[in-house]
Amino acid sequence: MTADDRFAEDFRQTPDDEPVGIRSPVITGPVTDWTTDFSHVEPEWAADPYPIQDDLRQRCPIAHTDRFGGAWLPTRYEDVSAIAYDTDHFSSRSIILSNFRPPRELAPIGGSPPISSDPPFHHHARKLLLPAFTKAAVAKQEAGTRRFCHSLIDALAGAHVVDAARDYAQHIPVRVIADLLGFPPDDGPQFREFVEDLLEGINLPPDERIARVSRLFDYLLAQVDDHLGNPREDLTSYLIDAELYGRKLDPSHVVGTMALLLIAGIDTTWSAIGASLWHLARTPGDRRRLVADPGLLLTAVEEFLRAYAPVTMARLVKDDMNWHGVDMKADDWVLLSFPAANRDPAQFDRAGEVIIDRQVNRHAAFGLGIHRCLGSHLARMELRVALQAWLERIPEFTLEDPSAVTWSTGQIRGPRTLPLHIH
Amino acid sequence: MKVQIDPVRCQGHGRCYDLAPGLFGDDDEGYGMVLGDGTVPPGKEHDARLAALNCPERAIELLEEV
Repeated sequence: MTADDRFAEDFRQTPDDEPVGIRSPVITGPVTDWTTDFSHVEPEWAADPYPIQDDLRQRCPIAHTDRFGGAWLPTRYEDVSAIAYDTDHFSSRSIILSNFRPPRELAPIGGSPPISSDPPFHHHARKLLLPAFTKAAVAKQEAGTRRFCHSLIDALAGAHVVDAARDYAQHIPVRVIADLLGFPPDDGPQFREFVEDLLEGINLPPDERIARVSRLFDYLLAQVDDHLGNPREDLTSYLIDAELYGRKLDPSHVVGTMALLLIAGIDTTWSAIGASLWHLARTPGDRRRLVADPGLLLTAVEEFLRAYAPVTMARLVKDDMNWHGVDMKADDWVLLSFPAANRDPAQFDRAGEVIIDRQVNRHAAFGLGIHRCLGSHLARMELRVALQAWLERIPEFTLEDPSAVTWSTGQIRGPRTLPLHIH
Repeated sequence: MKVQIDPVRCQGHGRCYDLAPGLFGDDDEGYGMVLGDGTVPPGKEHDARLAALNCPERAIELLEEV
């Protein structure tokens, strides 16, 4: 093997004359008016965003805030889908809203391709990854995932109260993603810190945020080094060897994509599994129906994804424009709330109810358009297998203390503490 | 009845080949494909409608024979 010197120097060093992006003041504190001052990182939103979204959809379907340097929040399915499809006017160069906007020159690649990429680069970067995430490819992980779920449940034996978010849901995607990328499975606790740093730390001072993101990239570069010396059949070695436009990928592309797969694969699925168990713990009718008729799981999984969609993405407005009646400015953020779209009564019958045998469910939990979640087949498999294993082994459970349940803050929503009483 | 997929709209969500595996399959990148010439065998019309109604991208067209 010839030496691969792409990773020899730290690609994060940027020359002094490069554009550095825009920083905005950090504004926190209670929201005064959700139509003009919304914030998806305040406790009221984290605890229960749906009444807020339903209210906004009726009286101010595209809400605004001056926080984060200016952001918009559409809540109608029609508007969310229109923005998801409109890559001419909305850029993905940053998809996590914060008080820092990366420079426009970062497009069309972005920091973590392909999720951060715009056309035409996006298509090529995504094509490299699609074969690894087809339904057939992820089916190979199903048996191992099921065994792992059962081993987690074995470890709960004898307990009457368990934290299903901490002791069950979170471990499943951590294991699956570590396997895919070829990272040590015992590094799971570190992954959780990386996820929190990136997704929940958005109102930290920018320098603190940069320092935290740096820790993730240090870890990923160490994994690249390990794979350079010891290549194997996993996505890290695949990315190191992959070629685009006739040459190997830039080191920042390799590591940015690794960061994406690590972060996007964990928090999201953990949230979906946790929210589904939370629903079943407080809805004994649905729980008993699923236990009695496991065939319902396929429609139930889709309904949990609709009603408790964990993921909200962000876009940046490319240029000043009037869009559907509001004056958007260049570099305004847009929160693309798939959860709000999924509860729009104009799109779904009985949108606010959870109907586990819903037959027609054209939900947008995995996004719409060219950025459809790359890992959707993997996430569906993990969610189905995790719920199947839990219901087989622990058919009777309730919330130990509804007020003790805590939810993550920010664009990914799911329970982070979920104490369940096992009967 | 026949089914068609609009390849420009399809993003590979895979609802069609999940819900109607006898009518749809996927390619190496996970995009939906119509199996055969898309003719829906008798008794499979419900599956075809379910696949079309659940496609998030509205990429599936049903051609009803008169």
